[in-house]
Amino acid sequence: MNDLKDINIEKSLELLKTKKISSKELVEFYLTEAESKKNLNAYISLNLDNAINLAKESDKRISSNKMRALEGIPIAVKDLFCTQNFLTTAASGMLQNFIPTYESTVTQKLWDAGAILIGKTNLDEFAMGSSNETSFFGSVINPLSINNKKYVPGGSSGGSAAAVAANIALAATGTDTGGSIRQPASYCGIVGLKPTYGRCSRWGIIAFASSLDQAGPMTKTVKDAAILLDIMAGYDNKDSTSANLDDINFSKSFDKIKKLKVGIPKQYKSDKLSPEIVKLWEDGIDYFKKKNCTVIDIDLPHTDYALATYYIISSAEASSNLARYDGVRYGKRQSSNDITTLYEQTRSQGFGNEVKRRIMIGTYVLSAGYYDAYYLKAQKVRSKIIDDFNQAFEKVDVIFTPTAPSDAFEQGTKIDDPIQMYLNDVFTVPASLAGLPAISVPIGLSQNGLPLGFQIIGKRFDENSVLAAGKIIEDCANFGEKK
Amino acid sequence: MEIDKTLVKKIASLSKINVKEEEVKKFSNELSKIITWIDKLNEVKTDNVTPVTNPSDIKIPIRDDKVNDGKIKEKILKNAPETKGGYFIVPKVVE
Repeated sequence: MNDLKDINIEKSLELLKTKKISSKELVEFYLTEAESKKNLNAYISLNLDNAINLAKESDKRISSNKMRALEGIPIAVKDLFCTQNFLTTAASGMLQNFIPTYESTVTQKLWDAGAILIGKTNLDEFAMGSSNETSFFGSVINPLSINNKKYVPGGSSGGSAAAVAANIALAATGTDTGGSIRQPASYCGIVGLKPTYGRCSRWGIIAFASSLDQAGPMTKTVKDAAILLDIMAGYDNKDSTSANLDDINFSKSFDKIKKLKVGIPKQYKSDKLSPEIVKLWEDGIDYFKKKNCTVIDIDLPHTDYALATYYIISSAEASSNLARYDGVRYGKRQSSNDITTLYEQTRSQGFGNEVKRRIMIGTYVLSAGYYDAYYLKAQKVRSKIIDDFNQAFEKVDVIFTPTAPSDAFEQGTKIDDPIQMYLNDVFTVPASLAGLPAISVPIGLSQNGLPLGFQIIGKRFDENSVLAAGKIIEDCANFGEKK
Repeated sequence: MEIDKTLVKKIASLSKINVKEEEVKKFSNELSKIITWIDKLNEVKTDNVTPVTNPSDIKIPIRDDKVNDGKIKEKILKNAPETKGGYFIVPKVVE
């Protein structure tokens, strides 16, 4: 079974179709591998009871030629997606015993296409964090850690990224609010795609910041990301911001796009950027030129204000979304004879520090007397940031930047300094504010020997150009050989 | 802008989060740093700029105005810490 080490979804589907492997073998392989690498803490729970039975059903369908798009493919799911009758925690003490009575739209689409839930992956509590150190269930370890030390996998989809990188998952779902798919993908050397806001339904995903949250695939290859997006995307009348567009078969169409115009935003070239990232950026630009793309310098003048804008808006929306955890309808309750004490004790014991900080920041910026100065101001700056992108996309098809300002860092080195932690998201947040699709693709190794990913941002609903540009980086960088 | 201890307590109370006396100073420091950092937005001129609530230009769809309770009462109550006769139970609110 060693030949499953470098397998991906595309190859698995081929092997299943030609009956060189069964779904049962595939699922057993990943469950065994996951059990043997429990020290990474990438999973909160494994689907030990059901996955193998589902695989047997998939094998039956395959032998009777009723194979669906993802038949028999094991998928890990970030523990922020509600899965019916299966523990869903958001990595919070507040929801440590929460068993949803319904299934999120995106995961239901995966199961309807024949995919099999292998387990639920760890994350930062309520997806708030950039290092996967705020989880109620403990930190996740980056499987590529060096010098016998523990490095972070990034966050918030750190468990999903670590699981794919360690090959204890064939592929995973993540969610991205300010970089939570792309930054961990960069830190773990995998592909992570945040689709356009509105492309994938948010229904049944535990809400963090509703104007920013978006689900997406975390995979070993760009092609695999397209294969998963084919299934995850689509209109859903249960999400009022879901886009009602014609279905696109991304995996069959993205590689037909050639000769892209690639923008390089000068505001992303900060003096603080390390020479190794500057070098890799130049390499990437050469890859595009080699593949007959045009590279153009562009301006995104309000980039410097994106992070502060993001923290106002995301915290405000979080404070409102997380008001529902009141100890009355679901989740943890700290009993009391007094209703206010019940609320306050439930919330102070159920939430971790980072979540409390963000709820309090959000409450402050929305409170009487400060709303105009902070929240309304941030909404206006967001408008300027969107305008910047609109103007840039008159000249280019995609924008090419680093995913994060550094490679993965050691556990415990940034967790006590919120602002240092927030700075990890400096390159990913602008595309989130504008609702644009963006992918992170591994491009090389840092001097420390840790992976570095680069980001491609596209026009709204133009995931195909993002995937096409990502494929150019993937083919030219040949990251698989460098690992 | 500084978030002093009194303001921390007020925000905590609005957030319905109980903050212990020994935590107040820590939150005051952290929140002050964060708010000072986001104060840089004041550098941006935003006169006559329309605020954005949502990056999509999708019009919020309106469904038919029909009563629909979903017929999922049991499912809704299933995760509640305490229920009785189809209701959520909370401590007495009105004396």
